[in-house]
Amino acid sequence: MAKATVVIPPSAPKPNRFSGLGQKILVPILAVFTALVIGGLIILISGGNPLEAYRGLIEGAFGTTKAISETFIWATPYIFAGLAVAIAFKGGLFNIGAEGQLALGALAAAWLGYGLPRMLDTTIPAIIHVPLVVIGGALAGGLWGAIPGWLKARTGAHEVINTIMMNYIALGLVSFLLNGPMKDPSPTNVIARTPSIAETAHIGTIFANPALRVHWGTLLALIVAFLIWWLLWKTTVGFEIRTVGTSSGAARYAGINVGRTIVLTMFLSGGLAGLAGAVEVAGLNYRHELSFALGYGFDAIAIALLGRTHPFGVVLASILFGAMRSGATRMQFLTQIPVDIISVVQALILLFVAADEIIRYVYRIRAPKEEVIMTRGWGG
Amino acid sequence: MADQISALEIKDITKQFPGVLANDKVSLNLKKGEIHALLGENGAGKTTLMNMVYGLYHPDHGQIFVNGQEAHIKEPTDAINLGIGMVHQHFMLIPVFTVAENIVLGNETIKGLQLDRRAASQRIRELSQQFGLEIDPNAMTGELPVGVQQRVEIIKALYRHCNVLILDEPTAVLTPQEADDLFRIMRELTQRGVSIIFISHKLKEVLAIADRITVLRGGRVVGETTPQTSDEHSLAAMMVGREVLLTVEKEKAQPKEVVLHVEGLRVKDKREHEAVAGVMLEVRAGEVLGIAGVQGNGQTELVEALTGLTHSFGGKMILAGQDVTNATPRRLVDAGIAHVPEDRHQFGMIKSYPIADNMILNTYHQEPYARRRTMNNKAIEEHAKRLVAQYDVRTPSVYTKGEALSGGNQQKMVVAREFSRPIKLLIAAQPTRGLDVGSIEFIHKRIIEQRDAGAAVLLVSAELDEVMSVSDRIAVMYRGKIIATVEAKTATREQLGLLMAGITPEQVAQK
Ligand SMILES: Nc1ncnc2c1ncn2[C@@H]1O[C@H](COP(=O)(O)OP(=O)(O)OP(=O)(O)O)[C@@H](O)[C@H]1O
Ligand SMILES: [Mg+2]
Repeated sequence: MAKATVVIPPSAPKPNRFSGLGQKILVPILAVFTALVIGGLIILISGGNPLEAYRGLIEGAFGTTKAISETFIWATPYIFAGLAVAIAFKGGLFNIGAEGQLALGALAAAWLGYGLPRMLDTTIPAIIHVPLVVIGGALAGGLWGAIPGWLKARTGAHEVINTIMMNYIALGLVSFLLNGPMKDPSPTNVIARTPSIAETAHIGTIFANPALRVHWGTLLALIVAFLIWWLLWKTTVGFEIRTVGTSSGAARYAGINVGRTIVLTMFLSGGLAGLAGAVEVAGLNYRHELSFALGYGFDAIAIALLGRTHPFGVVLASILFGAMRSGATRMQFLTQIPVDIISVVQALILLFVAADEIIRYVYRIRAPKEEVIMTRGWGG
Repeated sequence: MADQISALEIKDITKQFPGVLANDKVSLNLKKGEIHALLGENGAGKTTLMNMVYGLYHPDHGQIFVNGQEAHIKEPTDAINLGIGMVHQHFMLIPVFTVAENIVLGNETIKGLQLDRRAASQRIRELSQQFGLEIDPNAMTGELPVGVQQRVEIIKALYRHCNVLILDEPTAVLTPQEADDLFRIMRELTQRGVSIIFISHKLKEVLAIADRITVLRGGRVVGETTPQTSDEHSLAAMMVGREVLLTVEKEKAQPKEVVLHVEGLRVKDKREHEAVAGVMLEVRAGEVLGIAGVQGNGQTELVEALTGLTHSFGGKMILAGQDVTNATPRRLVDAGIAHVPEDRHQFGMIKSYPIADNMILNTYHQEPYARRRTMNNKAIEEHAKRLVAQYDVRTPSVYTKGEALSGGNQQKMVVAREFSRPIKLLIAAQPTRGLDVGSIEFIHKRIIEQRDAGAAVLLVSAELDEVMSVSDRIAVMYRGKIIATVEAKTATREQLGLLMAGITPEQVAQK
């Protein structure tokens, strides 16, 4: 066949204003920017000074080493939970159940932290106890996530419905246990919480300075993000997850066991959510309490989307969300603007990344679709 | 055609994609009421050019005139408002909508807040009568045969008052019967003043129906001609830039041991009807068994069952002495089956994956592409580079996404992957669908090569010419059964045509 491949001349104009990576991160960045502008307008209308407010926010998030430490404390469960939702997305699954998986992970970790040593009537050396607590929490979340995965693989039942249902069950169960069998029995306690975990189960802090609470769990989160990236793009398991997530027909053709891959993906997803809960318990709170961690699982959806379901994107989005959470208190203190405005901004970010058409329209960015997806052969 | 003003004029259009100059100063002139064929190799830029006329892409340079007026077409709505309609290489209908709903989609006749179904159905009936396009407005689109779905696309364009109709490879998925219907409709349309751009790789069709022919190669117009002054050979040469063999050269087959033995196989289709009703066949190493038949007689389900994509509910499949009835696709691939699927988008490739990953879609778990579950990117890249060169897949790089390839090049990618490993049995369903004559010649040669290297080949094709010229034996499938098997050498078109209609020699003798 005559070779007629046409090669681009070096002087040819760049075909698109924003190509490659730029195109990918542009929309999330503009979404955040737009959300902040609208948030600023709301502050303005309600009589505040948006610049002051945002200055307070940034100061509160990054102004001092302590502030930075707190930002990362917030970011840590976000990273785990964001990865949980992201890996499910990669496998073509929408895991709305991170909230429940996280709560169960936290609960399991707490029990392994305080209950297990009592049951065995011994102290467990930290080098065993810490991993036990962390892995136990991940397993609990993983198994809880695997159930809707299995239901989907077996019966085709949609995971969105089932993970929501599993959330109710998990949260009910956790509430029951925290108010009953697992409630901290100390006479002064009126809160739905577990007893404190043994000291051998504590994940240590990184710095000696007691003001800096950031712990090794944060480092673990970064390592896990890297491992998930490696799993997804450098291993056959990741190839299988992504393939099932893109096209179940092609996955079957490729010889992949689609059902097993769905269960595995949901197990990994739930496991990451469980890890979020376990690390909160072992690294920060040293117990589980009903009011802890409410909403992480849902914020995680926003984070996964903002991070474009990419592990590294999730890390960046988590730091952003962490900064907003940790800076909000300082902002309120300085400007009397209620911290709730931050929830509004976060909700707007979610809206804009989910409905990126809006952002594309406002900023006149052509959808990459137009340049890439439209050429097709028949038969699809 | 005395009218001086062109229905559509394309002037010096240039379009650059990353790494590919898809159109290079292309000009084309569509007169009122004519059928203008656009020919060219895979990746020559035909679809790209038409997508620009339809507002899906935007030209870097050049102008488009509609009825003599310069038009600035930003999106499909602009094109539709200018009276341009397009039926894509692959349809864009919503399967769970009725025909009427699909046709009015985006163009709703609103009464109050409700879709005015009655008025829409009425208008559709009028159109279908006027142009002889039989259609039931209330039928569920997904359940219609492809040929009828295409009719829906055409009515959709007419419903929006198009007077320029672009048909991108409309006959690739049609049975010969459906194709004849389409040609009748096309002539009807031109008589009523509609002008048509017709893209096809089938030279016979082009010669039969076109008024004029423009040929593209490598994004440039290489010539314009008419059916009166050209023939298949000259057109092929113009497209490809060299002489093309339109027939397959092969030695006599040397059949050896039986590789595939199928007995009493029964398979249900998606609607739970028995589509394969007890098929019996045998393919030997070193021979090509062709399966001829009108589409929809169970060929698709047969192939899916033989490749593990569907379960059979009766019968046996034996591969090289081993019972592999209802084995998984993985086991079948590892046992030496290669499969070129009929529907490459559903099974054969992943559009969002780079070519390199598509080239290992079903062998990603094997050495050297993976070792202990870790992917070996180097090996994957080298493999892809080799195949891209060997099979002449036109692409700037092996990391280009599958969806950025032209239809024919996607097919070459799938074929390259399946032909590139040691195999015992090759199952090829419509392997040359959508390919240009040069590529067809190339793929046919590769099939014969596989045969001569000792593979058993099962070829399923809707193209009678292809079945007749590539196969050694031909089995005719009718209503889920193989009703006859004949030697390809002695078979005639007439004989096969009768068989495909379900008329066996015994029946003929009786009459
Ligand atoms: N969205 C895109 N992004 C990048 N390259 C593209 C895109 N669409 C098409 N191309 C390239 O432009 C060239 C022309 O493609 P086009 O689809 O127009 O070919 P074609 O003539 O329709 O071929 P076929 O007969 O195979 O359908 C090809 O090299 C293709 O790889
Ligand atoms: Mg094309």
